[in-house]
Amino acid sequence: MRKNLPFALFTAVITLVLSLPILGLKLTHEGTKLVLEGATQSTYVYIFLAAAAVFLSQLFREQLNAAKAAVKPKGNILAKLMPPEEKRDMAGKIFFVVLLIAAVLIPFNTGRIWSDIATLALIYVILGLGLNIVVGLAGLLDLGYVAFYAVGAYSYALLSQYFGLSFWVCLPIGALLAATFGFLLGFPVLRLRGDYLAIVTLGFGEIIRILLNNLTSLTGGPNGIGGIPKPTIPMLQFDPEFSIVNLEFSRRAAEGNVAFHEFFGVPYDSSLKVVVLYLIALVLALVTIVIVRRLIRMPVGRAWEALREDEIACRSLGLNRTAIKLSAFTIGAAFAGFAGSLYGARQGHISPESFIFFESVIILAIVVLGGMGSQIGVMVAAVLVVLLQELSREFDEYRLLAFGMVMVLMMIWCPQGLIPMKRPHLQLKQE
Amino acid sequence: MLEVILYFIQQLINGITIGSTYALIAIGYTMVYGIIGMINFAHGEVYMIGTYVAFMAISGMAMLGIEFLPLIFLVALLSSMLVSSSFGWAIERIAYRPLRGGNRLIPLISAIGMSIFLQNYVRLGQGSRDIAMSSQISGGWSFGPEDGFQASLSYIQVLIFIVTIISMTVLTLFISRSRMGRACRAVAQDLKMANLLGIDTNRVIASTFVIGAALAAVAGTLLGMYYGVVNAFVGFIAGLKAFTAAVLGGIGSIPGAMLGGIILGVTESMTAAYFSTEYKDVVSFALLVLILLFKPTGILGKPEVEKI
Repeated sequence: MRKNLPFALFTAVITLVLSLPILGLKLTHEGTKLVLEGATQSTYVYIFLAAAAVFLSQLFREQLNAAKAAVKPKGNILAKLMPPEEKRDMAGKIFFVVLLIAAVLIPFNTGRIWSDIATLALIYVILGLGLNIVVGLAGLLDLGYVAFYAVGAYSYALLSQYFGLSFWVCLPIGALLAATFGFLLGFPVLRLRGDYLAIVTLGFGEIIRILLNNLTSLTGGPNGIGGIPKPTIPMLQFDPEFSIVNLEFSRRAAEGNVAFHEFFGVPYDSSLKVVVLYLIALVLALVTIVIVRRLIRMPVGRAWEALREDEIACRSLGLNRTAIKLSAFTIGAAFAGFAGSLYGARQGHISPESFIFFESVIILAIVVLGGMGSQIGVMVAAVLVVLLQELSREFDEYRLLAFGMVMVLMMIWCPQGLIPMKRPHLQLKQE
Repeated sequence: MLEVILYFIQQLINGITIGSTYALIAIGYTMVYGIIGMINFAHGEVYMIGTYVAFMAISGMAMLGIEFLPLIFLVALLSSMLVSSSFGWAIERIAYRPLRGGNRLIPLISAIGMSIFLQNYVRLGQGSRDIAMSSQISGGWSFGPEDGFQASLSYIQVLIFIVTIISMTVLTLFISRSRMGRACRAVAQDLKMANLLGIDTNRVIASTFVIGAALAAVAGTLLGMYYGVVNAFVGFIAGLKAFTAAVLGGIGSIPGAMLGGIILGVTESMTAAYFSTEYKDVVSFALLVLILLFKPTGILGKPEVEKI
């Protein structure tokens, strides 16, 4: 305890230095002059209490650590809740089916608002899974993922505005375009080491945002693009003649389309379009899950992980480093384009403000929180992050503060995420 | 003709002014990267905090009725350096030290979290509105014809040059002459070996964060006085630019950071003057990509040997 005293004093002083100027003083304008104001008395009390807490925790560090070790349960708590290794596959399947049924039933049991939020959660699921390929599996830190998301959203908005293309045509085009951007960006930069990649992708994200903001004649600049149509559903029609019509879910259908309630002769329900969008999002999320699941088990998926673990070993085994990284980058970008088109359809209005760096950070946080590489973890994290964001709207001031803190603490305490990735492996049965 | 040259010189002066502050921030990145091979993502926030503290010190002294300029500047500089280096120390302690030695992505992500935390911490204390301060040091020299375009060199720009040069010289002397500087170089070469030879590597790493933060605070004070505006979110873009400068010059190399900063600053001001203000960030990132394509180690960087 004695030997901790100088350091404890030092940390207490540092705590004061960190908090007194920023929290205890406030710069305010008084006319043209800038003046300093003190904070409320309680703020100072809190600051000194915090410093005292830091002092005591450092002073009694050994005792605290011992106490913590005594209380702390061995192993991951979540891992304990999981079923045993050999039954996990079966349990996973059952869990998945139950989850799917619940997901289909959501819009019919909850209101319109929750269906809308659930759609957003599904968009983040797709984004998370896409970024998971790049960051979690291939180990490439992409901080400009939101750029590909923006490409998808804008391609749907622009194509439907200028050429009147439908959602289902724009969806693959958006994904393809985003993939092309990913390919073009990845081609020069993937030869670089990881840290450079992070900064170049970050720069790329900013470039795309600046372009969207300034190419006013094409993208509408900061105002963005409005009036993006909701997806329609093609349907066989027999009545006047045998043909395919596009069903719309608004009160009045655009020219050439038929409104859903008129087609089936049911009364108009305004929440229907939200529900349908949610179901479309669900289908797309499922498609994404299946594709990614297959990809991971394919040779290219194995190569991603191998490359992440040991690049030199991979190269000496004859794997083409650039091609593998490029494939991860391109496929990841394609899913972002996918999610982007869906986002455009959900919002009905997009602007560059939706595609700031912070959005990339949120997606990254989803991947990290869920556990890098872990598919189920990423899905859970996506839903959690969207839910938390919605629920914490009242505490707007502290929301981002807590978000940053959670990110740091998460990395310190459980860097492998909530549900760590399970590697496919074989185990010999012991007699 | 004279006008064109004067205009060009003006842009050069502006570019070098901004560039030298970029260089000051970039040193924080480059030193940390040189020693532990990690990007300190929260470094831009340290710079932003430096500006806030400098503003506080200046307005505080104005309220006390002190008007002696050198004293005001010195107190602002020292107080912002003190607070910022405490932040640098705390960032290393909280977001880096517990994570050392693991996956390289993990400290990077925790640093991003730290950066978001600090931005909102300052926003909580100081509000999200811009804080503007009237210029303390005004005036300057002008060149050129009385009736035509005049290139001007303001006193504050001169102050920025002088302080930057002094800081860089002190840093270079510190790294090359002092005991701690020698330890820094040893740790940058081989952390494990330095540790085996009895160098307290924890201390060395902590001191690089502190030195980097102090230099960022110098940049924060200078740029704060130059622009006269600050808000809680200026750190992000400044940090990004400084990092670009560090990579441009060759990350890990201190002269490289200086060179990269100046190149970036001049490129930016030239783009803004001759092409378009909106696209100056686009051009600087494009420059970064180009440099990395043709010389992945940056201008003055040493090629990295891959060890098995």
